[in-house]
Amino acid sequence: MSASTFGSGIRRREDPRLITGTATYTDDIVLPGMLHAAMLRSPFAHARITSIDTSAAAEAPGVVAVYTGADTEGEIGPAPCAWLLPDSGLSIADYHCIAKDTARYVGDIVAVVVAESPHQAYDALDLIDVDYDMLDAIVEPKESAAEGAPQLHAEIEGNQAFHWTVTGGGDIGEAFESAAVVVKETIVQQRLIPNAMEPRAALASYTQATGELTLWNTTQNPHIVRFLMSLVVGIPEDRLRVIAPEVGGGFGSKIAVYPADFITVFCSKKLGVPVKWVETRSENYQATTHGRDHVQEIELAATSDGKIVGLRATVWAGMGAYLSTAAPGIPTILHGLMLSGVYDIPAIHEDVYGLYTNTTPVEAYRGAGRPEATFMVERLVDLLAAKLDIDPAEVRRRNFIPKFDNGHDVVTGLTYDSGDYDGALTKLLDKAGYDQLREEQVEARKQGRYIGLGLSTYVEICGLGPSQVAGAIGFQGGLWESAIVRFHPSGKVNVMIGASPHGQGEETTFAQIIAGELGVSPDDVKVIHGDTDNTPMGWGTYGSRTTAVGGAALALAARKIRDKAKVIAAHLLEAAVEDMEYEDGKFFVKGSPDSSKTIQDIALMANVAWNMPEGVEAGLEATTFYDPPNFVFPYGAHLARVEVDAETGSVTLQRYVAVDDCGPQINPVIVEGQVHGGIVQGIGQALWEEGVYDEDGQLLTGTMLDYAIPRADGLPDIEVHSTVTPSPHHPLGVKGIGEAGTIASTAAVYNAVIDALQPLGVSSVRMPLTPERVWRSIQAAQEDN
Amino acid sequence: MHVPVSITINGRQYSRDVEPRLLLVHLIRDVLGLTGTKVGCDTSQCGSCTVLIDGVAAKSCTCLAVQADGTSVTTIEGMAGDEGLHPLQESFWNKHGLQCGYCTPGMIMASHELLRCNPDPSDEEIRHGLEGNFCRCTGYQNIVRAVRDAAGSATGGAQ
Repeated sequence: MSASTFGSGIRRREDPRLITGTATYTDDIVLPGMLHAAMLRSPFAHARITSIDTSAAAEAPGVVAVYTGADTEGEIGPAPCAWLLPDSGLSIADYHCIAKDTARYVGDIVAVVVAESPHQAYDALDLIDVDYDMLDAIVEPKESAAEGAPQLHAEIEGNQAFHWTVTGGGDIGEAFESAAVVVKETIVQQRLIPNAMEPRAALASYTQATGELTLWNTTQNPHIVRFLMSLVVGIPEDRLRVIAPEVGGGFGSKIAVYPADFITVFCSKKLGVPVKWVETRSENYQATTHGRDHVQEIELAATSDGKIVGLRATVWAGMGAYLSTAAPGIPTILHGLMLSGVYDIPAIHEDVYGLYTNTTPVEAYRGAGRPEATFMVERLVDLLAAKLDIDPAEVRRRNFIPKFDNGHDVVTGLTYDSGDYDGALTKLLDKAGYDQLREEQVEARKQGRYIGLGLSTYVEICGLGPSQVAGAIGFQGGLWESAIVRFHPSGKVNVMIGASPHGQGEETTFAQIIAGELGVSPDDVKVIHGDTDNTPMGWGTYGSRTTAVGGAALALAARKIRDKAKVIAAHLLEAAVEDMEYEDGKFFVKGSPDSSKTIQDIALMANVAWNMPEGVEAGLEATTFYDPPNFVFPYGAHLARVEVDAETGSVTLQRYVAVDDCGPQINPVIVEGQVHGGIVQGIGQALWEEGVYDEDGQLLTGTMLDYAIPRADGLPDIEVHSTVTPSPHHPLGVKGIGEAGTIASTAAVYNAVIDALQPLGVSSVRMPLTPERVWRSIQAAQEDN
Repeated sequence: MHVPVSITINGRQYSRDVEPRLLLVHLIRDVLGLTGTKVGCDTSQCGSCTVLIDGVAAKSCTCLAVQADGTSVTTIEGMAGDEGLHPLQESFWNKHGLQCGYCTPGMIMASHELLRCNPDPSDEEIRHGLEGNFCRCTGYQNIVRAVRDAAGSATGGAQ
């Protein structure tokens, strides 16, 4: 019941419903008269659809309707791309919700069946007769850019969706020509499949009499869904209600508004009854967005004592067959602008080519552009250390941006908010016992054991972001957040937010913010989110922005409440407002803390309004729209220790130590949970995960049997530490923590494996570092020697 | 064709005529409306649908409803008793062993099985015992803590 609740690791308020099976996810909702939709998806990566015969399906038991692209023509527009990257020659191919004449990836929707039961709908899919003319497919982004590559979209030359560049600082050519040392590498940031545990789903309920539609949807951003849905299906926003009920993880894959969502709404509108669609996991692999998929050619120039003078890169980013909602901004704005990392780099240049391929669209996936940037920089720094035979920790230190607490400009144009990168590394090396680990490594090598240590020192951009910047970089929306704080007569509080957490725990941390600002118990605060009809507008939960932006909105709304309460308290205590003090939920006249009014007293008076100061409105409620002045930049230093079995190529991750700085922690237990989960997803990329297509565009990793999601075994206990550097511009000083672990950990683990293999002459292995890949790299290096 | 199935779930008897192909998980969720049990995949990897059949954990997507005829099934909704939450539910809550919560019902049921077979597992045994249940949020560490905590609690995990 005090401000000390802010910063304490209290149990989550979300959990009772989740641990008892009483939470309601989209697929748990049943409406009277509800029908079920199933999507027929193209089994081919690239094919012309020459005919579709749906007559047998239409007559199958329980089938109510079958629709093809011809039926949706003019009724639902293409699924929109909403990040119109400027100065990049952006070419957006129409993403028809149901393919009209050509299917461009395995999973492209060709028809939809609506039936009385899901089983009947799936049975009827088998009765749809589609004739396809096969076309050549292209799956690798760099090959897609090559001359003679199969072309996806007639109107788009060379499969190029965009070509974006970032250039900053001094002359990059000069930096490389005059450099004493240059290190180069080619990196494949393999395709990843997000695998939120809850598959995607939509339940649309249209009422013809009123023209109103309610959509329950597995989304990270219901307000964006409403906005885009209104544009695509033509139902005005005031008659569209989008509800994100319990949402079972997203990791970026529930940002986009998908063809299947639009189709489900179309079906309900057409039939006048509720229609539910739930994807199978196999459909999720084929049709829910993927992540990463970069080919990166990178190089770093430095002086002979390891001072970096330039970084240059060319990236071919696979975008999939169409541009998903936010896709163009991921490998560009959220990637290229972060190439300075935690270092002072005087010249940077990067070209990014976004390429269409006959694959599932690629979108944000946890970290979204920043893991791909951090990996590049951290890999190059390690290569530089190896080339100069300087310890990787020391090379980092020679290049760190010195400690700053209120703004530091990097040449890519960003202004980092605050950081002490050397401080994080120092703490990490201390906690890990780095010197001793290096000694152990030397001893192990003498015994023929291959132990490796990997570092990753990272900074990331999150808390997206100022809306003015959003406009300048082509994001077709704002990036502010809003919050309403409403005191009831009893002193209990409802908080309504526009953001839409789905596992991150803001129902708890936001209650802690209110507790800290207004002295109520977090148990007296209910946080409401995810329903466009009863929450204020907000742009959603992604880019580690919910606390960094929405939390700021909430704190400022609480402060408005406090200001108003102070005026009422002064009136009730017959004192001047200037003489009032506030502490821990109590208002009192300076020097007389015994005679006070609690926030609950004020809430009651404001709500009954029997005795209000002149000119003060009844009620105790405040709304804030918070548009941040800058992004926030969490950072940290991570270390991985691995052992590689050179006989089999298998990698054992023995230790993982993390130091992260997200500013003051509202709930350190929740922060730690975010760090754990983030790190393990990044470890997954380094060691196990890859979405694989064959050359014809068939997805070979199309189930959980084939795609290696991290499991409970094979992971060490992660050692989590932190430093605390407040953001100078955030009302609470906090930064984001949702993606930091993922951004750091892939490079740490990869660097550790390469460090382990150094005596064997291996300096590069394509991820994921499976036993086979590692073993083959060892064999190849041995043959070269 | 429909086949009669009688099954006891969380102490209550249900009799329904179902299609022979109906999976137990769909009987539980779609026919009987007990939606706490989740479906996370279609290849029996994820474990979200784990329930207890006659006290033994099973992935309810690997079992036809008709095969469960005559059995007694416990789902997540049946874990808490009159005296409150099951120790595993308490420990998952106390140790922040969940985030989005989607894997949690299955994870708790699988943990129940783990502790039934091994009341005092090491961390390594816990990790090995939960290999068949995927979680994408937590990185498993707090799930391991939760299971260890439940194992050490006064009433034990597998009551």
